[in-house]
Amino acid sequence: MIAHARTFDEALRNCACRIIPGTDRAIDIRLLTSGASLETWSFRAKGLDIDRPVIMRRQPENVAEPGRLGLDMEARLMRAAGAAGVPSPKVLYVLGPDDGLGSGFIMDRVAGETIPRKILREEGFAAVRPALARQAGEILARIHAIPHSALPVLPLSSARRDLGELQEIYRRDGRPRPVFELAFRWLRDRAPMDPVKPCLVHGDFRNGNLIIGPDGIRAVLDWELASLGDPMRDLGWICTPSWRFGELDKPVAGFGTREDLIAGYETAGGRHVTLEALAYWEVFGSLRWGVYCLKMLARSATSANPLERLMIARRASETEIDLLRFIAP
Amino acid sequence: MQDHPHPELLVAATADFLKREILPLTEGARSFHLRVALKALELVTRQLKLANRSDAAEMQRLEMLLGRQGSLEDLNGVLCDLIACGDFTLATPGLKDHLWATTMAKLAVDQPNYASYRRTLEDEARR
Repeated sequence: MIAHARTFDEALRNCACRIIPGTDRAIDIRLLTSGASLETWSFRAKGLDIDRPVIMRRQPENVAEPGRLGLDMEARLMRAAGAAGVPSPKVLYVLGPDDGLGSGFIMDRVAGETIPRKILREEGFAAVRPALARQAGEILARIHAIPHSALPVLPLSSARRDLGELQEIYRRDGRPRPVFELAFRWLRDRAPMDPVKPCLVHGDFRNGNLIIGPDGIRAVLDWELASLGDPMRDLGWICTPSWRFGELDKPVAGFGTREDLIAGYETAGGRHVTLEALAYWEVFGSLRWGVYCLKMLARSATSANPLERLMIARRASETEIDLLRFIAP
Repeated sequence: MQDHPHPELLVAATADFLKREILPLTEGARSFHLRVALKALELVTRQLKLANRSDAAEMQRLEMLLGRQGSLEDLNGVLCDLIACGDFTLATPGLKDHLWATTMAKLAVDQPNYASYRRTLEDEARR
């Protein structure tokens, strides 16, 4: 039993030795990112004949952020997605209470880049960039086709339901924002019917949550905002201007055109997409990201290093100009 | 009345010092966070430089639009209520121009390099 591990490193080593045969130590242990409740660690499981780069996502205190799924759910979704042909890191192990590492999971580290500006600017990605919008469409079609029987119980989402939640967060922020009010009205007036047959929606499928190599999209990450809902929501989200990182005229995450995204989606079995439906969810995406920026201000209070979140809160105005460019050109 | 130098100058000089003397000494996560801190100081400098004038212009537009006086926060609250209940729409004279002017003033402080803002400025210059 490893319940008596004295340090984090020791607990990690014990766990790695147990789950990856042939491992006798964990080296190169590095904290990649840490939020208020979530940490991402990278290390290498090392042994005589083994040197395996792995990632651990964990919540040290086992407190899930409100509105986000826990990491055990993320692990289950990643496995379901991988089984359905969605490029996914292989989940090696889901942490248990005896591991002494909190809640979370360990997965293979997929080589590649997640930083949007590098993907959009660096020479090494120049050849593959024109193919990425179409690939994104193909992958989304596969995600949306995963049968419910393969999924854990997920929250339901719909335009109306989510607008209510966003409005609640906006109200709590307390600062009056006429542009957001206009966008709420616009989106409510045009809200699509709740989907009759909701499907698995990733919820945060965008540049930044994709591992990309010179050969294309290698892995889809961050399933914490997944739900059962309207598939068009994922397509609109990746077209939201906030994810273009300067490449304003390449609507799909700065990669390419909506037409390529839709062609990839429909060819891979996704349902027919209209530009009108896509536009609705792009506007929805701008408001959603804008409200999430406000949420960063509320959450900065609980952060040891609040500066980054405070500065993200100041990015809400970016979504206001994008909303106006669409609603009031 | 407070003495010179104005905070704008002090904050800008602080940012300049950190960038020239300290940033080259840092790496990794510390360097990243220092860059975020520099961006924050640059934002503060822009706000100190620009916000007095843009706030006054916003106030003037709000008073015209709403036909009443109050603090910026109060008037924006009233405008929000009017939009939310549907009394004010994009067809309301002056509303669209006001929202654009206010938003452009925010971007000039928050994120003057944001692509949508740059594009809007270019489009305006061409008109």
